[in-house]
Amino acid sequence: MKHIAIGILGAAALGFMASAASAGTLDTVKQKGFIQCGVSTGLAGFSAPDDKGDWKGIDADFCRAVAAAVFGDGTKVKFTPLSAKERFTALQSGEIDILSRNTTWTSNRDSALGLDFVGVTYYDGQGFMINAKKLPGVNSALQLSGAAVCVQSGTTTELNLADYFKKNKMEYNPVVFEKLEEVNAAYDAGRCDAYTTDQSGLYGIRLTLSAPADHVVLPEIISKEPLGPAVRQGDDQWAHIARWTYFALLNAEEAGVTQANVDEMKTSTDPNIQRLLGTEPDGKYGADLGLSNDFVVNIVKAVGNYGEMFERNVGSGSPLKIARGINALWTKGGLQYGPPIR
Amino acid sequence: MASQEILREEPSRGSFINDPRIRSLFFQTLVVILLFSSIWWIVHNVIENLQRLHIASGFGFLRSRAGFDISDTPIAYTSDSTYFRALVVGLLNTIIVAVAGIVLATVVGFTIGIGRLSQNWLIRKICTVYVEIFRNIPPLLVIFFWYSGVLAVLPAPRESIHLPFGSFLNQRGFYLPRAVWGDGSWLIGVALLLGIAMAWFVAHRARQRQRATGQQFPVFWTSVALIVGLPVLAFLLSGMPLTFDFPKQSTFNLTGGFWIKPEFLSLLLALSFYTAAFIAEIVRAGIRGVSRGQSEAAAALGLRSGPILRLVVIPQAMRIVIPPLTSQYLNLTKNSSLAIAIGYPDLTATAGTVLNQTGQAVEGVFIMMIAYLVLSLVTSFVMNIVNARMALVER
Amino acid sequence: MQEHDMSWVRTEMALAQPAPARERGAYAWVRKNLIGSVGDTVLTVLGVAIVLWIVPQVINWAFINAVWTGPDRTVCTTASQGGIQPDGWTGACWAFVNAKFGQFMFGTYPIEERWRPILVAILFVALLVPMLIPRVPRKGLNAILLFAALPVVAFFLLVGGVFGLPHVETPRWGGLLVTLSLSFVGIAASLPLGVILALGRRSKMPIVKILSVVFIETVRGIPLIVVLFFASVMLPLFLPEGVSFDKYLRALIGVSLFAAAYMAEVIRGGLQAIPKGQYEGADSLGLGYWQKMSLIVLPQALKLVIPGIVNTFIGMFKDTSLVLIISMFDLLGVVKQNFADANWATPQTAKSGLIFAAFVFWLFCFGMSRYSMYTERRLDTGYKR
Repeated sequence: MKHIAIGILGAAALGFMASAASAGTLDTVKQKGFIQCGVSTGLAGFSAPDDKGDWKGIDADFCRAVAAAVFGDGTKVKFTPLSAKERFTALQSGEIDILSRNTTWTSNRDSALGLDFVGVTYYDGQGFMINAKKLPGVNSALQLSGAAVCVQSGTTTELNLADYFKKNKMEYNPVVFEKLEEVNAAYDAGRCDAYTTDQSGLYGIRLTLSAPADHVVLPEIISKEPLGPAVRQGDDQWAHIARWTYFALLNAEEAGVTQANVDEMKTSTDPNIQRLLGTEPDGKYGADLGLSNDFVVNIVKAVGNYGEMFERNVGSGSPLKIARGINALWTKGGLQYGPPIR
Repeated sequence: MASQEILREEPSRGSFINDPRIRSLFFQTLVVILLFSSIWWIVHNVIENLQRLHIASGFGFLRSRAGFDISDTPIAYTSDSTYFRALVVGLLNTIIVAVAGIVLATVVGFTIGIGRLSQNWLIRKICTVYVEIFRNIPPLLVIFFWYSGVLAVLPAPRESIHLPFGSFLNQRGFYLPRAVWGDGSWLIGVALLLGIAMAWFVAHRARQRQRATGQQFPVFWTSVALIVGLPVLAFLLSGMPLTFDFPKQSTFNLTGGFWIKPEFLSLLLALSFYTAAFIAEIVRAGIRGVSRGQSEAAAALGLRSGPILRLVVIPQAMRIVIPPLTSQYLNLTKNSSLAIAIGYPDLTATAGTVLNQTGQAVEGVFIMMIAYLVLSLVTSFVMNIVNARMALVER
Repeated sequence: MQEHDMSWVRTEMALAQPAPARERGAYAWVRKNLIGSVGDTVLTVLGVAIVLWIVPQVINWAFINAVWTGPDRTVCTTASQGGIQPDGWTGACWAFVNAKFGQFMFGTYPIEERWRPILVAILFVALLVPMLIPRVPRKGLNAILLFAALPVVAFFLLVGGVFGLPHVETPRWGGLLVTLSLSFVGIAASLPLGVILALGRRSKMPIVKILSVVFIETVRGIPLIVVLFFASVMLPLFLPEGVSFDKYLRALIGVSLFAAAYMAEVIRGGLQAIPKGQYEGADSLGLGYWQKMSLIVLPQALKLVIPGIVNTFIGMFKDTSLVLIISMFDLLGVVKQNFADANWATPQTAKSGLIFAAFVFWLFCFGMSRYSMYTERRLDTGYKR
């Protein structure tokens, strides 16, 4: 019986084990037929499972875009929910191929943690939320001296919080939790006066509180939180694919290519759009990346352009109703700027 | 050993393959080779992975600035302190909650355990229900219950419940006046130590005298008088150098005073109520393990029910109780790592944060393992001493 | 004849007199059990007060005021919170549990594939029940089917990817499915490991003995969370580049190693209880080490420690709830995850969900502990002869 049990364990191990040749992420991904994408355990608007277990949100859609670029099919992606603590190891060890989990781009993470950030899919900043009903008269973060502040551990948020209060010579009591759900529950129960995390997150979290209308997000933004996907260091080809998927989303928006009109646009004579959609006679911009020439068409068909992705998940088409703000294209006064495909 | 001696003198068994000593040697060598090669393989992989991924390694990070704040700090700590200090804070918090939990769990556990043997049917049933509920749900769930329960029941800071002696109770915790000792308060400490030493001496002499002459001496009350009386006397003589820092209402919370946070409170209650259910069962088994004849014989000698319990039943029951009690204490210490779920900054939580900020998973997990091992060993060691003192002294 | 006159010997027993009235009936019982002395009376009054204070509240909340069905949060919120209940209402929101029941059981396992875990559950029960009833014969075959064949079948059924079954990746597993599969596979793996470790600890070979002791004591000295952290953040670094384990499998390895150390100690207890004569008898028959152990010692030792094994299993079943800390969704994890659903965010949601999870855990653990007590009694009588 013992031997049989060990045999089963071995068989199970083989069944679960994902072996990847060290050739390069693109080859392995193509071989296994899908992209393994690390997401959060549930943050509305970024990556959260719906009732059927389908992942929704900007971060999830970015992975679909990469899958569309690689396979021409946005559904060839599998999601792994990760806690803040696990996310880097999961990427380092090869458990996931891309980390798209509202992760802040910092120099330390780029260097000492062995990550390679692709770009900034969402420019965010840390803010505070308070219960206006319980704390009337508080309308600035600078009034928070002495407050109990709920925060998630192991995030840049926790560090920014310490820095902000120190800089402004204010006192506070940190109430630190491991998981987002626990921070939400504690804040909702009134354990803290204020809740701090990325401002986009605050809007999403507010929806899940038992009385959303009582809570307000304070105007101060105390940090820069450029959120973006990351890949493993040392695989330039894969990093380029991820990066140009992101730029393609931006360029598509800039060129006015949308999910609805992408097929018509293929007949466009605008050389810019021709290059973008791979219809230029001898263009092989996609092939040079290791993709098909019409990879941008596949991306836009799968998830739309950046603007559509934004509005659907966090903007006007979503319950979060976050304005584009600095996430607008550079042509509209924002920071989103896609280098040209040529 | 003796059988091996005999084996050695036996003539060869024909083939050395069948010689148990050679087999054993061969097998052990195999195990050692396997072990070392797998360790080598792992170390090799780790080093290669760390280099490939450009992850920093080594314990140098312990000296860098932590940058995050911790809510419960038994020693001075700010975000400017080092990672090492953060870990020490975590370790101290673990020890505090474990020790407090052990004390409380023992008290509750013994009460419930004795309650299960009560003459009173209702008390017996209530205790049984308690034990059956708490033994059969995961400790993590108990912690969540207490935490959400504590937060749900208590009022917001502005509607704090006022308790006697200037203490307050609200969602942010339990606020007590903090004693501030003035000049000359060292005298009180000295008096306390002196009182304890004298009480011990009196107890020792009383025991000797009882053995020699059979006369008894009211040791308990004398000890109380010495241990409480001397410090009080010193306190009065040194001019009452004690003031209290009372908690006061400020914009958000109460400030000042001594503050017990709800995370600590609910973790403590959850751990001790959960463990108490197990301790109750151990105590019940221990008391029932003492044969009835013992208490009947004691009664026949003319002892009353109090002394029977104190002198005959409990010392024998303790022998049965202490070994499993030790493992419950160890379990409680280990379960205190569940603090991470409700945000009490124990060792696991702070080490987890450090691990995440530095990305040095190997070192982080290693530190956690060593710290818990040491804690477990110390607990076992202390309990072994207690056990040795309690064990039957046989001729 | 004369004897008859001399004396009269009663040949049948006299009927027992009924006990005095004050020792009989309900009043005597009350007097003996509830108001025996002043202290007792005080305790009883206290106990009655506690019961009267708690029980009506619980019944009111859990049954009378509870909401059993409903489409979303409005049924469980008061008018001022935007719902349909009168202000001041508190009651359990079983509607939440009802709506999420599928998720609590299977996580996000695809709905059209849920017949697979259900089938596995049916097979499991079908094999487990005869295993638990002592009178049913063919225990050996049953054990092989349960501990060896079932995991293989269950593996292929649940994971899929063969025989035309779509592949369901483990991050989509969740709820009771994860709780049960983790703890069952954990126990199936930890039992043989525990036997090996226990034998190692009692081995005469010093190196084997030291290694076993070090492993057992190290694992027993650290909390499961640390073991799980180890499995989730450190294990991946131990493997060569490009090889990685599924997170579910890593948790499984962690849980199995953890349980194996405890199991080893339980089994060691059983080994120590086997009289020396049994070992010597086996030696004198010329049996080798493995024959001696597998034919003579282990069958007796394992039988002795069945209650201990069941208790370890209960502990492990409860401990699987910790995998939520490494963001896997067992029953408790899924329940907690669903608190974040904006459709069901009410003040009652968390309480109801936690109580539901507690009830499920309690049901399983209580059942197992009762079974363990039953075997204990059965084995006891065996020894009394």
